Formats: sequence, structure tokens, C-alpha cells
Amino acid sequence: MDLLRHFINGMSLGSIYAIIALGYTMVYGIAKMLNFAHGDVIMVGAYVCFYAVSRYKLPPFVGVALAVLLCTILGIIVERLAYKPLRQAPSLAVLITAIGVSYFLQNTALLLWSSNPKIFPSIIKRASIKLFGGQLSISHITILTIVTCVLIMIVLNLFVNKTRLGKAMRACSEDKGAALLMGINVNATISMTFAIGSGLAAIAGALLCSAYPTLMPTTGALPGIKAFTAAVFGGIGSISGALLGGLLLGVIEIFAKAYISSQLSDAVVFAVLIIVLLVKPAGLLGKMTQEKV
Amino acid sequence: MTEPILKVDNINVYYGSIHAIKGISFEVHSGEIVTLIGANGAGKSTTLNTISGLLHPTTGSIYFLGESVAKIQPHKIVVKGLAQVPEGRRIFAQMTVRENLEMGAYTQLNNNYFHDDLDKVYSLFPRLKERRKQIAGTLSGGEQQMLAMGRALMSRPKLLMLDEPSMGLAPILVEQIFSIIADVHKAGSTILLVEQNAQMALSVANRGYVMETGKIIATGTGEDLLSSPEIKKAYLGG
Ligand SMILES: Nc1ncnc2c1ncn2[C@@H]1O[C@H](COP(=O)(O)OP(=O)(O)OP(=O)(O)O)[C@@H](O)[C@H]1O
Ligand SMILES: [Mg+2]
Repeated sequence: MDLLRHFINGMSLGSIYAIIALGYTMVYGIAKMLNFAHGDVIMVGAYVCFYAVSRYKLPPFVGVALAVLLCTILGIIVERLAYKPLRQAPSLAVLITAIGVSYFLQNTALLLWSSNPKIFPSIIKRASIKLFGGQLSISHITILTIVTCVLIMIVLNLFVNKTRLGKAMRACSEDKGAALLMGINVNATISMTFAIGSGLAAIAGALLCSAYPTLMPTTGALPGIKAFTAAVFGGIGSISGALLGGLLLGVIEIFAKAYISSQLSDAVVFAVLIIVLLVKPAGLLGKMTQEKV
Repeated sequence: MTEPILKVDNINVYYGSIHAIKGISFEVHSGEIVTLIGANGAGKSTTLNTISGLLHPTTGSIYFLGESVAKIQPHKIVVKGLAQVPEGRRIFAQMTVRENLEMGAYTQLNNNYFHDDLDKVYSLFPRLKERRKQIAGTLSGGEQQMLAMGRALMSRPKLLMLDEPSMGLAPILVEQIFSIIADVHKAGSTILLVEQNAQMALSVANRGYVMETGKIIATGTGEDLLSSPEIKKAYLGG
């Protein structure tokens, strides 16, 4: 029973990683850059949701919707101001800029909301579900997280494979010059990708802080790094890779916490990553390309 | 004579400090096949990319359908009716044949045309119809060239620009591609054809321009140029 419980909790944590990893992977796929500020967008989303629900007493789903909206705008602004001018710049310059944006967001949060941890109100306040005569108890947020992740994956897959804009996004990620010759507005498509990734980050923020309620300006950093790891693990640039990588990472982390050591769990996670990358350098579902990082 | 579809007027194009196009002028009229020939590095692709808006001339002007487009963004000129089949085909290798054709029709928001246009492209290139569900990267070189041309035709271009469609193809396929170009022309398209294969290009073209290191050094009808010593000179690289 413990095994099942850990597995479900791992899937739930992994779902959060997967949702965040989508942002990394989609942005990487199209802009060929690692947006290290992505984790901090999670934190901004969580704060927006926190203030909407705790301070302004709005219903949780309104809080989440507001967070999604503001993070989407934030994503577009960050891309426009920080990354777009560097479209032709060496990748190292872009990487350093991304780290700069990350610190900028964290410090702005510190200034606006102070370093005092906020206790995040769970977006679902209902008792846990008891199964097997009370032997297994699963919280509603765990279920909501997994269901949300599944829904996002389905919608995103439909978007990317069936819609005109989604296909244009794939075209841009393959060859921007050729996409331009098709009449696709590549800059707008890149903006849209940042917008989607950041909106998803806001959802991840609300889910993450509902499960782990301490909210601080640095809250997004570690999950951001882990989700990045998940994206690499699954094969960066691949949407199904982000899902697989995220879920595996979550499950491994929870099992390592339960059966090895809670201090060592992160070390175990990264050890697994290194082994996978030694065997499959492009990640589990990644294609081998000589992409710049 | 009526106003040309495309008029390039004394343009200069630079890559940083490299002066790639040195004041060239030429025109394409409705219904023509015009070819731009020249050796490696003459500036043919640069010219097409400048017309497409991927590059911009430092001086000079470009008129497409009477409208100045020298400063236009590349995705906007496609809507106006200009399509380019780029050098090296540049199909979307991870998308299916059909999806590539859909991307060609990206600017066509009227869905009623889409299936008609798709049928036209399929009847021009029956191979593409057979392989519509195949991932484009797995097509042969000749099939990829057909796909690149079909994709461009899906945007209903008023001017179709082809950059070295015969590049890297076996002689028999080169023949086939040129006969398709002639078919596309007969079906009503105006074509600007860039080639290194001067013989083939001039045999299908109404008129031609010969480029050498960023300049146009000769112009005339297909037959004139075929019998001209300048052509031989350009191809001997001197
Ligand atoms: N991106 C670039 N940066 C710098 N110089 C370039 C670039 N692209 C082309 N050039 C230079 O501009 C000149 C013209 O090149 P262009 O590609 O237009 O030639 P081309 O006639 O198409 O040749 P080919 O038949 O080999 O395709 C060449 O000297 C080339 O080296
Ligand atoms: Mg060329």
C-alpha cells in the first residue's frame, strides 16, 4: 500500500515537473535557447494566485486564471525585451541573459512581496479520499494535479498536431527561414510559444504551492531546475519527452525520499539523469542533433 | 508594355562589409519565365532572398505588383503573392508531405480553395499524393524538390521564384523537374528561375540574365544567351 501511495505522490509531483518542463522544451524547440527564468515565472504565478485568493478573497479558479493571464503577459514581455534583441547573438550571451532575467524576477519578488514565506492556500479544500478501508489516502490536489497534467498534454498535442498555428510552430522550430517563406510570422510564433509556456508555468505554480504551501521568492528555482532536468531527461524539444521525463523524475524523487534518504533524494535524481545521458545523450525520446545549448 | 510583376531597380546588398549585390536591375513580366544564371557565389540566392524580404537592399528599390517592397517583412510579401522555393529545398523534414503542403497554404485563409489547390498540386505531382502521409525527410531528393515546388504553389503565387531546382539531382530527374517547370508555366504561373545549369534554364526561359560577382553582365532571350560567348565566360569562372 505504501508503494502505491508513493507511486501516486510521485506521479503527482512528476505531473508538476512535466507541466513546467513543457515550457522549457517548447521554448527550446523554437527559440533554441534555455530559458532559465522559466522557474521564476512559476513563483510569480503562485504569488498572483496567493494574493487573489488570500487577500482579495477571489475563488481559487479565478486566482489561477488571473495567474495564467499575468504570467502569459510576463512571458511575452520577457521574450520581447530580453531575448528578441539577442536573436542573432551567441548562445552563451542568451544563456547569461536568461540567468539575469531569473535573478531580476526573484529580486523584484523580494522587493514586492518580501522574503517572509507566505502560506499558500490550497486551491482545493476538501478532505482526502480514503481507499481500501482507509489504508490509502489520496488528497484532492494530488488527483487534480495528475488530471490537469493529462488534460494539458492532450490539448497541447491536439494544438501542435492539428491546428494551423500549432503546425506553424513546428515549422518554425524546424526551419525559421523556410517558415518565413511560407508567410509564417516567426516572431509572433516565438512570442506565442513563450506565452503558452509561461501560462503553463502559472498553473504549475498554483499546483505546486497547493501541495507544498511555503511560498517565497525562491520557490520556483529548484522545481525549475528539476523540470529542466526532466526536459533533458525526456529529450529536450520533445513534448512527450517532457511528460515522460517529468513523471519519471517525480516518481524517482519520491521513491528515493521514501526508501533511500530524504536528504539524498536530489542526488539520486541527478545521478539517474547522468546515467541516462551517458547511455542516451539526446535523452529518452530526443533526436540526436548538433544543436547549440 | 504593361507594368512588370517584379521590377528590381539598381539594388545593392551587403552581408556586413561584403558587397554581395552591386547595383543590379531586372524585370519579370506577367506570364514569363525569366532565368537568372551564374556561377557559384555570383549572388543569385542573395538576389532572391532580397526580393523575398529575408535581406534588405541598402540602396535601390524593388517593386512587386507596382508596390515598393524593399523594406517589407518576409512573411508579409507571401500574402501579396510571392513564393520562393529556396535553395536546398528546405522542406519541413519532420512533418508529413500533406502538412508541408498545408504550410505552403498558410497564408490562404479561405478553406474553400485549399482542397482545389491540393488537388492541383497532386495532379501535377502524383508522387506526392501517393506519399501524402509520409514524413517528408524520408522522401528522395527528387520527391523533396517536387514537394518544395508544390508547397510554394499552395500559396497561389503571382510570381514563383525557384532557386536551383536541379541542384543535386540525377540527370533524368533534372529533365523531369524542368518539364514540370514548363507545365507549371503553362498552367499560368510567372516564374523567376535561378540556375547554374544554364543550358537547361535557358532552354525553358523566355529571357535570361547572366550574373557574375554581384553584377548582371548580360541579358537577352534564351536563344541569344545560349549562343553567347559571355555565358561560356561566366561558366569558366573568368
Ligand atoms: N550569410 C552570408 N554571409 C556572408 N556572405 C555571404 C552570405 N551568404 C552569401 N554570402 C556571399 O555572397 C556572395 C553571393 O552568394 P550567393 O549565395 O547569393 O551566391 P549564389 O549565386 O546563390 O551561389 P550558388 O550558385 O553557389 O548558390 C558570395 O560571395 C557569398 O560568399
Ligand atoms: Mg545560391
